[in-house]
Amino acid sequence: MIIELGHYVLVLVLATAIIQSLLPLAGTLRNDPALMAVAPPAAVSGFLLTVFSFGVLTLAYVTSDFSVLNVWENSHSMQPLIYKFSGVWGNHEGSMMLWLIILTFFSALVASFGTNLPERLRANVLAVQGWITAAFALFILLTSNPFLRLDPAPGEGKDLNPILQDVGLAIHPPLLYLGYVGFSVCFSFAIAALIDGRIDAAWARWVRPWALAAWSFLTAGIAMGSYWAYYELGWGGWWFWDPVENASFMPWLAGTALLHSALVMEKREALKIWTVLLAILTFSLSLLGTFLVRSGVLTSVHAFATDPTRGVFILAILVIFIGGALSLFAFRAPTLKAGGLFAPISREGALVFNNLILTTAAATVLTGTLYPLVLEALTGEKISVGAPFFNLTFGLLMVPLLLAVPFGPLLAWKRGDLLAAGQRLFAAVGVGLVIAAIVQWAHGGGPVLAYFGLALGFYMMAGAVTDLVLRAGVGKVTASVARKRLFGLPGSAFGTALAHFGLGVTVIGIVAVTTFETEHVVEMKPGTTVEAGGFVLTFDGMRQGRGPNYTEESGHFTVARGGVRVTDIWSSKRVYTARRMPTTEAGIRTFGLSQLYVSLGDPMNDGGIVVRVWWKPMILCIWLGGIIMMAGGAVSLFDRRLRIGAPQGARRPKAAAILEAAE
Amino acid sequence: MIRRLLLAAVVALAASPAFAVNPDEVLADPALEARARALSAQLRCMVCQNQSIDDSNAELARDLRLLVRERIENGDSDEAVINYVVSRYGEFVLLKPRLKPETLLLWGAPIILFLGGGVAMVDFVRRRAGRPVGEPLTDEERAALERIVGPDASDRK
Repeated sequence: MIIELGHYVLVLVLATAIIQSLLPLAGTLRNDPALMAVAPPAAVSGFLLTVFSFGVLTLAYVTSDFSVLNVWENSHSMQPLIYKFSGVWGNHEGSMMLWLIILTFFSALVASFGTNLPERLRANVLAVQGWITAAFALFILLTSNPFLRLDPAPGEGKDLNPILQDVGLAIHPPLLYLGYVGFSVCFSFAIAALIDGRIDAAWARWVRPWALAAWSFLTAGIAMGSYWAYYELGWGGWWFWDPVENASFMPWLAGTALLHSALVMEKREALKIWTVLLAILTFSLSLLGTFLVRSGVLTSVHAFATDPTRGVFILAILVIFIGGALSLFAFRAPTLKAGGLFAPISREGALVFNNLILTTAAATVLTGTLYPLVLEALTGEKISVGAPFFNLTFGLLMVPLLLAVPFGPLLAWKRGDLLAAGQRLFAAVGVGLVIAAIVQWAHGGGPVLAYFGLALGFYMMAGAVTDLVLRAGVGKVTASVARKRLFGLPGSAFGTALAHFGLGVTVIGIVAVTTFETEHVVEMKPGTTVEAGGFVLTFDGMRQGRGPNYTEESGHFTVARGGVRVTDIWSSKRVYTARRMPTTEAGIRTFGLSQLYVSLGDPMNDGGIVVRVWWKPMILCIWLGGIIMMAGGAVSLFDRRLRIGAPQGARRPKAAAILEAAE
Repeated sequence: MIRRLLLAAVVALAASPAFAVNPDEVLADPALEARARALSAQLRCMVCQNQSIDDSNAELARDLRLLVRERIENGDSDEAVINYVVSRYGEFVLLKPRLKPETLLLWGAPIILFLGGGVAMVDFVRRRAGRPVGEPLTDEERAALERIVGPDASDRK
């Protein structure tokens, strides 16, 4: 009964969303405040209804109600509780429910915290959110209903895919969707502005925190997913340029560009039209990503033939939203007034350069991901576009961007001095080169390019610190004044420095692990040893074990350095009982920022077993950098000036107001 | 990411979780082995989803790895090995497509977008630089401005 209630409430979500998408819009067209006022309560109740519906599905999972088809297909009564819980979104239907609940959550946030938004803007924004909600609610109800029943109910479920039975599943999809869907708010703001034909600095002040929040979540989601794949798949890779990864990476690139262009718009009222376009493109890429992942079009073009409804439905959503948004943009953009002026060499100019490279990079990833599909559809010729292509093209694009990163914050608005900025970065360049030289001296070997990569990473880190040091005036004023100034800096200054610093950390991790990683594939018998990263690993033997819903064989390794025992590593292979599916559980030990990674292979006929051991130097930097970037986003988000509802404008000098009136 | 994990699971189902390169495949000469690894990373495992033969544990990937090593041991250059594999399996096997008329747009896209965007950007800034924004101040506004900022305010603009 409760299941049917959940189903019914999902229909109510659709109904509320339709009301939310129509009435407020009619209100802004007729200038009727009563109709516009429908939007916030509709958004909040839409969210509460979705919570209820989602809660019902979760309850079915937690209580292992196998009379529900979706639960039977993806759960098992012996599964640990956390996997029963996260199993809710470990499948197509449930993950769409997660999409919906996050979407309505953001709508409810706009509705409840947007009380100081202009009435018309809020009504339009929520109406657009309503369209998206309605489209996805309809999609779930018509093609991906998680509430379908089974009769008779089976006694036991088919189990969640073993690879997904990991804390990663509990964290990664929600973070990723918070990012993906968070950009829907920026999209809705852009459409609302286009509908009204008016964009001002207040609009940018509103969009920037949403872009920041979505970007921070997406950063965390991607980093988390990368680490999950790294430890779970058992072959030590952390990024594969897989179409599914690209699907999340494209909105990230576009979102990063959006974040920076919104900055220009907020501070200088320039790049308005471009910012609106980027807001549309970023969410379009999120939708496209959902389409690519959910339609199955990536596995094969023919996946459409087996289950055409889902793919065609999302394709329709895609065409309507992206096509509609871009048409509206083309129609309205010429009427928008251009804003402030700037010289090519200026903070604005640097941010335009950032946008140019990031959008080109996003477009490159998009072309690479879709090219094989399109080519096959048009000519029937099959080609592959994989990691080697992306590494080359994307890598080349990133070099000028990364070199320019520390320059941006050092250039003045309107007209900057490149030479002066360069001189200020002398120390940072020096730090990069010296550290790279020291590593070369201590380590030796490896291609010259790798040392340039390391120098680049350290230069970016030092550049971020330089920015803060200069802003505090260290060396120019007394230490106590400098300290006071440093703590008085706005949160966004720290956010920028942190994010750029984190990017440098990630670069170092990527370069170090790509260049200095060592790999050893050996057959081992108890007592034999293998050397990796200066450690000696002794294989001690195998042990059988069993978990709640799997059996496992684990190999034990003693790790020693210089003849002294340091630690030990267990590495296992599991077989999950319900699906008879084997997985590898790699043994990983962390030493500082580096890791030893041990994976078990096949047993040999003579009693030995194949073992793969990697030494992954500085690999944790890759994700640590991601976390620092995310922290930068969060710090920037809590900047008082950006905080939603923060009072503003009181300190504006009269002259500025007059100049603005003249514009 | 989830999909990638699932696909890996499917592959794992097909073959027991062996590793990609096994010790019995490794060539005795480290230089040749390094070349083999580099080449393997460029070749697609035909039965997998977006995996190189170096990463894959499928039977077919193993066959292809052995083939690459055999050709290398026979003294083939890297290019010759790639050509040989392509002649047997088609262009689909290359993870980095060759530059030819059909892939012109693929390889050209980053360059065209970067240059095109760059030209548009420079043009935009140039055109905008010479153009005043909005309407000039009226005499009344100018007078108000002078009262607030001082007499040379209009020159500063």
